[in-house]
Amino acid sequence: MIVVENLHKTYSTGLGRKGKKGKDNGNGKGDGDRNSNRNGDVKALNGVTFRVNKGEIHGIIGPDGAGKSTLFRILTSLLLPDEGPSKVTVAGYDVVRDFREIRQIIGYMPGRFSLYQDLTVEENLNFFATLFNTTVKENYHVIKDIYGQIEPFKDRRAGALSGGMKQKLALSCALVHRPTVLFLDEPTTGVDPVSRQEFWEILDRLSEQGITILVSTAYMDEANRCTRISLMQAGRFMATDTPKGITESYDELLWSVEGERMPALLAELRAHPDVKTAFAFGDNHHVTVKERLSVDALREYLTGKGFNEVRVTPIEPTVEDAFMKASMEVLNGNE
Amino acid sequence: MKQFIAFVNKEFRHILRDRRTMLIILGIPVVQILLFGFAINTEVKDLHVALYAPSPNGFTNGITERLHQSEYFTFRAELDDPIKMEESMRKGNLDMMVLFDTESEAVQLIINSSDPNRGSIAATYAMAVIGGYQQELAGITRMPFQIEVENRMIYNPEMKSAYMFVPGIMGLVLMLICTMMTSVSIVREKERGTMEVLLASPLKQGTMVFAKTVPYLALSLVNFTSILLLSYYVLGVPIQGSLGTLTLISVLYIFLSLAFGLLISTLVRNQINAVIISAISVILPGLLLSGMIFPIVNMPQILQWLSHIVPTRWYIDIVRKVMIQGLGWAVIWKETAILIGMSLLLVGSSILNIKSRLE
Repeated sequence: MIVVENLHKTYSTGLGRKGKKGKDNGNGKGDGDRNSNRNGDVKALNGVTFRVNKGEIHGIIGPDGAGKSTLFRILTSLLLPDEGPSKVTVAGYDVVRDFREIRQIIGYMPGRFSLYQDLTVEENLNFFATLFNTTVKENYHVIKDIYGQIEPFKDRRAGALSGGMKQKLALSCALVHRPTVLFLDEPTTGVDPVSRQEFWEILDRLSEQGITILVSTAYMDEANRCTRISLMQAGRFMATDTPKGITESYDELLWSVEGERMPALLAELRAHPDVKTAFAFGDNHHVTVKERLSVDALREYLTGKGFNEVRVTPIEPTVEDAFMKASMEVLNGNE
Repeated sequence: MKQFIAFVNKEFRHILRDRRTMLIILGIPVVQILLFGFAINTEVKDLHVALYAPSPNGFTNGITERLHQSEYFTFRAELDDPIKMEESMRKGNLDMMVLFDTESEAVQLIINSSDPNRGSIAATYAMAVIGGYQQELAGITRMPFQIEVENRMIYNPEMKSAYMFVPGIMGLVLMLICTMMTSVSIVREKERGTMEVLLASPLKQGTMVFAKTVPYLALSLVNFTSILLLSYYVLGVPIQGSLGTLTLISVLYIFLSLAFGLLISTLVRNQINAVIISAISVILPGLLLSGMIFPIVNMPQILQWLSHIVPTRWYIDIVRKVMIQGLGWAVIWKETAILIGMSLLLVGSSILNIKSRLE
């Protein structure tokens, strides 16, 4: 359904780093640190390659500024990719040449709420249905699951909805024409955990109906709900696999360390010669170590440094661990 | 077509739900007409005059009497010597002193020209009165021949300034509202991110921009009507020519302004820039180079040339000819052709500039 080979995208700012960048981004977030050359051009995508099959939910996992929104805008034909030997198609249509066809069959939910706040829920939905030459009635079965939840508020203005309801309305509007491919750019950012859960259940049902979904998120825990995921950092895909494949290919010794005075503990861990990496991870620290270090040795070492009641336990890696490892490799590779 | 109608509906809802903006749009022409009509008055009346005649005789009495008959002058009898007069003039309470020299039968007029317009009009009135008196005297003392000057002011016999500014306000307000509102409403879609969703849909960009112009065309026709009604019934400005011609020309001018708004919207990225650029590019030339306030023939040559590219100039010209002078197509075809040409140019360049992508 989606084929991307060797995709590059460079923003030419002309004015250096400060210039047009913020405006191009358009969603209120900075683009973070990206590779920029002498002319102040910013490389937002750097040789991205991946493929999404029909009916899959493909997750793009990466922090703010990784280039996720740029990727979405190219796939939805809103931005042009850099010229060069690349191939970017959606449902067999080229994003540059066949942009009119692409716009008939895709549903797109941008990273920022992009509906009319002064129109009511129902007016928004009807408007987008008409834009795609259809009616709400005709495709009600597609949006029933999700629109049903906000239908009691159909006369309320979209601007007066809560964050979760806004996202449901936006998804309804993106779905109302029964798209073949659905692009969701950070649909759950700023949404409460219950609504997030519901949102993903709806995505599962859509994918069962054969709709292909590309979804980006900065929440690592959502990665496990995708068929396959790509880890993205600084305009590059570091890995693409099933969530299970990603964690299984993790080949480091990974321990969780808990104790008192966590910030000091983290600094102490990073100073240890046999500790490769150490990151704060919720209420514990995740550390990767060299093989010659043992759990007991590390605990004794920390106790010796004055940390009491330290617990060190080997753990299974999560997607986030895989992400941290991969992005460390990218950073080291860049140096 | 359904898309187009749905879009027009949506635009009308945006406007109707934004009460404050709608009030401003519909209120601007009313306020402007009333302001120009009542508060700003360029007609000069009620000139304060003081006379000083140390030894009155037939000559001074004759002139005094005739000055008193003029409706333009208000006499200040309490100022009976030049020192008091001068003091009053310095305070700005006196417009003119008339000082007689009975020995040489001379009159001196001292005029307060701190407002040059008022000053020169006071002088003209006074000279006319004195000149008239002299002619009377000449008639008595037998002259070989006599020149009689009779003037008749046509088109605006009462010299009402409303005749001047009503066409000007029409030109300014219609263009300002159309240009600003169209450009702002398109740029707002970019700024609020809704443009992204619109672009990622089958909607053609041309459909979108033309749908955007429809509600503003309607609003502008409301404004056009309210300006005409106010100027006819409140200010007493007649519509000498054909109302149909006037309406047709105004629709053309509104269309031109909408196209200009579209062009601006393709060039700027946020609403503030859209407002600033439309305000500067409409108000400044509209006020200064259109002939609304300052006559174009009095301008330096280079500004006269520059005024040719200001659409408001041509529109005001046409409105004056049709509305005030009652002329028809035979006289205004050239100006109309210029407006049509400008519209096509603006529509063409904005269509070329409309982007089907975000960059």
